[in-house]
Amino acid sequence: MMSDPGMIVLLTVLLPVIGAGLVLLLRKNENAREAATLLTGALTFAHVLALLRLVRAGESPGLDILEVVPNVWLSFEVEPLGMVFALVAGFLWPVTSLYAIGYMRGHHEENQTRFFFFFAIAIAGAMGVAFSANLFTLFVFYEFLTFCTVPLVTHHQSDEAKKSGRIYLGILLTTSVGLQLVAIIWTWVLAGTLDFQAGGILAGTASAGILSAILVLYVYGVGKAALMPFHRWLPAAMVAPTPVSALLHAVAVVKAGVFTVLKISVYVFGVDLLQTLTTTTWLAWAAAVTIILGSLVAFRKDNLKARLAYSTISQLSYIVLGAMLANELGIIGGGMHIAMHAFGKITLFFAAGAIMVAAHEKKISRMHGLGRTMPITFGAFFVGSLSIIGLPPAGGAWSKWFLGMGTLEASQFGLLAVLMLSSLLGLYYLLEVPVKAFFFERPKDAHQQDGVHEAPTPSLIAMCITATATVGLFVWPDLFHELMQMVVSGGVR
Amino acid sequence: MLAPIAALINRSGPAWVIATSGAWFAFGAAVQLLRRVMTEGMIVYSLGGWVAPIGIEYRIDQLAAFVTLIVSAIAAVGVLYARTSVASEIEEDRHALFYAAFLLNVCGLLGIAITGDVFNVFVFLEISSLSAYSMIALGQDRRALTSAFQYLIMGSVGATFIVIGIGLLFVMTGTLGMADLAERIPAIWASGDGDRTIAVAFTFLTVGVTLKLALFPLHLWLPNAYTYAPSAVTGYMAATSTKVSIYLLLRFFFSVFGVEFSFEQMRLDAILMPLALVAILAMSSVAIYQSNVKRLLAFSSVAQIGYMILGISFGSVIGVAAGIIHLFNHALMKGALFMAMGCVMYRIGSVRIEDMKGLGKSMPWTMAAFVGGGLSMIGVPMTVGFVSKWYLLQAAIKGGNWLAAVVVVVGSLMALVYIWKVIEVAYFKRRENDDPIEEAPLSLLIPTWTLVAASFWFGIDAGTTSDVAMSAAESLLGMMQ
Repeated sequence: MMSDPGMIVLLTVLLPVIGAGLVLLLRKNENAREAATLLTGALTFAHVLALLRLVRAGESPGLDILEVVPNVWLSFEVEPLGMVFALVAGFLWPVTSLYAIGYMRGHHEENQTRFFFFFAIAIAGAMGVAFSANLFTLFVFYEFLTFCTVPLVTHHQSDEAKKSGRIYLGILLTTSVGLQLVAIIWTWVLAGTLDFQAGGILAGTASAGILSAILVLYVYGVGKAALMPFHRWLPAAMVAPTPVSALLHAVAVVKAGVFTVLKISVYVFGVDLLQTLTTTTWLAWAAAVTIILGSLVAFRKDNLKARLAYSTISQLSYIVLGAMLANELGIIGGGMHIAMHAFGKITLFFAAGAIMVAAHEKKISRMHGLGRTMPITFGAFFVGSLSIIGLPPAGGAWSKWFLGMGTLEASQFGLLAVLMLSSLLGLYYLLEVPVKAFFFERPKDAHQQDGVHEAPTPSLIAMCITATATVGLFVWPDLFHELMQMVVSGGVR
Repeated sequence: MLAPIAALINRSGPAWVIATSGAWFAFGAAVQLLRRVMTEGMIVYSLGGWVAPIGIEYRIDQLAAFVTLIVSAIAAVGVLYARTSVASEIEEDRHALFYAAFLLNVCGLLGIAITGDVFNVFVFLEISSLSAYSMIALGQDRRALTSAFQYLIMGSVGATFIVIGIGLLFVMTGTLGMADLAERIPAIWASGDGDRTIAVAFTFLTVGVTLKLALFPLHLWLPNAYTYAPSAVTGYMAATSTKVSIYLLLRFFFSVFGVEFSFEQMRLDAILMPLALVAILAMSSVAIYQSNVKRLLAFSSVAQIGYMILGISFGSVIGVAAGIIHLFNHALMKGALFMAMGCVMYRIGSVRIEDMKGLGKSMPWTMAAFVGGGLSMIGVPMTVGFVSKWYLLQAAIKGGNWLAAVVVVVGSLMALVYIWKVIEVAYFKRRENDDPIEEAPLSLLIPTWTLVAASFWFGIDAGTTSDVAMSAAESLLGMMQ
C-alpha cells in the first residue's frame, strides 16, 4: 500500500504537524515563526492540489497506517467529497495565517506561539477528517480536532474563556461520545465493517426502525454540525481570537461536522437507503427548524461575531438539510455549500476581526459611518454577505440553487419556503452592517474618528483574497460541482 | 519466577537495589511467561515435585500470565518511582521496611495470579494484604493509620469470608486444587446432595472477593486507603491490588465454579450488573465533588472497577474480554494519574485542587502527564481508555443491553467532568503567591511518563492486548464446555 499517492496523502496530514513543530522551534523569532506557518501552509495546499489531480483522474489514493483493534484500521482514502473539504481547508489555512499575523500583532495578543502551534495542529486534524477511509479514522480525527481547538477557544484564559471552554468541550464530547460513538459501534456490530463504501454499508443489515434510530444518533451525534439543540458550543467558541472563529468555527471545525454528516449519508447509509427511512424527513425538518431559528436569533444579536455565529448555525443546517433530502441534487448542493459558505463566512469573520482591531468596535449598533474610513473591510463584508444570502455575483448562489432544486425534486415545497425565508432574513441581518457603515453618520460619542484607519495590511490582503475567491466561485463553480457530481454518481471504488 | 523476598536490610539504598532488581526480574520472567503461554498453552508446575492433589500446583494460563505481566510491569515502574517519592514522604529509617513490604506485596499478588490451589490463593492474598496495610500505614498523614486500620478490618473480613468459602468447598469436595474442584463441583451440584453448601461457599467467596476488589457498596476502605497512603504506594496499589482481586473473581467464577454454574444457576449477572452500573454512576458523581485529587481518583477507581465487573457480568466472550482489557488499561492510566499526583505532592506537599492553581505553567510535564492519563479516563480515541470503551460498548450492544451502554457513555462523560475540574484549576487559575515551583525531578517524571506513553501506545496498537484478552476470555468460558 505504500505507494506514492499514499505518501502524498500522509504528507498532507503530517505537514501541518511539522509546521507546528517549526513554529515551536522558531518561537524566539516572530518573523521566522510566521514564515514557517505560511510556508507549510503553501506546501500543504500544493499537496492537496496534487491529490486533486489524482482524484479528478478517477483514482482514490489511500494508505493503511495501522491496525488499532483487530480488523479496525487507521487508514486514509481520498475521495471527491473529502477533496472538497480538503481543498477549502487547505486553501484557507495559509490565507487565514496571513490574516492572523496582522490580527494577532495588531491586537497585541499574548501566547502567539501557542496560538500558531495549535492552529497548525487543528488543520492536521481537519485534513485527517477529510481523508479518513472509515468511520473509526473519522472519529479519531474528529475528536482530535475537538481537543486541539480547546486551547484556541480558551486562548485568553479568562473566566469567560473558561466558561466557554466548558460548554465547548461539554457539548462536543457529549454528542460525540454519547451518540456518535454508540452509532459507530452499532454500525460495526451490524455491518461488520466501518469502511466508507459507495452505496453504503448498512443497507439490509437491520430493520428500517433500527437504521432510522442509528441515523438519528449520527446526525445529532455530530455535534460539530450544530443542529439545534446542540448548537450552543458555537457561539461559546466566539471568545476565541477572530482568526480562530474565522478558520475553525466557520470552516475547519464546523465543516468537519457537516462533512461528516454528508459522508455518513452517502457512504454509510447510501442515498437509496436514506430515502426509505422515515426519520430522514424528520431530520430534514429538524434542520429546517435550525435554519429558521438560527436566522431569527442572528437577527437579534448586536454583537457582530455572535450574529455571524448564529448565521453559521443556520447555514450549516442547509448542508444537513441537503444530505437529508436524500437525492442527488441535495447532496450536490450540500457539498458545494461546504465550499461556498466557507469562503463567504470567512470573509465576514475577517472583516469583523478587522473592525475590532482597527476601530475597537464589536457592536453593530456602533458601526455607523465606519465604512468611510474602512472601505475595503466593509466592501469585503458586503461581498461575503451576498454569498451567504445566496445572491449573485457570489458563489453562494450556486449551492442554494442546487439545494432549492433538491427540495423540488423531493417535492418538499415547505422546505423550499424555509430556504427562501431564511435568505430574506439573511438579507436583513447581514446587510444591516455595511448599510450602517456606509450610509450613516458616525455618532459623536464614538471613538475618535481620526484614530480609526484600515486594518493591518496582511489582514487586508487576506480579506481581499477570500472576497475575490467568493466572486470567482460564482463565475467558475465547476470544480466543486464536478467533484460533487463524482460523489453522487458513485465514481469511487 | 517468584519474586525473591530478601530485602530485610536496614539501609535504604541496598534495600532499593534489591527491590528494583526483584521487580525487574519478575517483570522479565513475566514477559517470557506470557510469550510461552500464548504459543504453548497452559503451563503447569508442581511445587517441590509433588503432583497436584497432594502438592501445590502452579497453573498459568493466558489470563494468569497476563495479570502477572501487569503486576510485575507496574511494580517495575513503580519501584523506580518509589525511590525519590519515598525519600520525601517516608522517614529514612523506615525505607527498608517499605521496600520489604513492597516486595512482599508483589510476591503475594504474583502468587495469587499463578497458583492453581485455592488455599494457596488465600495464603498469598494474606501476604499481599498484610504488606499493603503496612505500606499504607507508612503515609505521612496521621489519618494514614486509621485508614490502614479500616482497610485491615475490612480486608480481614473479606479474607475470612474467602477462607470460609474455601473451607466449605474443601469439606464438600476434599480437594483444594482448582482443576479438581472444577471437576467435582458439577457432580455434587447435580447429585443434589450438598448443593446448598456449594451455593453458600459460592456466596461467601463472592462477597469476600468483591470486598477485596472494592466493588460498590463494599468499597468503603478504598478511598481512605488510597488518599492517605504514600504516593508511590497509591500509584502502585491502584494499578495492581484490586486488579488481582478481579482476577481472583474471574478464577473462582469461571475456572472453579464454571460459567454455567455462576451465571445460569447462581444468576451472578443479576447481582453484579446492577452493582456495577450503580458503582459507575454513583462513584463517578462522588468523584466529581472531591476536593482532594487523590481521593477523587480513588472514587474514580471504584467507578472504573464497576466497568470491569460490568464487562464480566455480561458473561459473553467479548464482555469478559472487555473486562480483562479494561483491567490492563485501567492499570496503566490510573497508575499514571496517581504518579502525576505524586509529583505534585513531592513539590507542593498537597494534592488539594485549590492548591494546584497555575501548576500547568510551573510543572508543565507533570500536568501534561495528568492530561494524558485523563484523556484515557475519558476514553478519547487513540488512548487505552477508548479501547476499553470500544469493547464494552460492543459487548453491551451485542447483548442488547441498552441500559449498560448508556451507563458506560454517561460514566465517561462524568470522567470528563472530574478530570476537567483539575485541568481548569491547573491551567486557568493563576498562583496567588509567587514562590517559584519547580518541575518534578526526572526520577519521578520518567516512570510517570512511561505509564502515560504506555497508555497511548496500547491505545494506538491494541492488537496485542485484545488478542491476549480474547484468548483468555475464550479459555475461561470454554473451560467448562
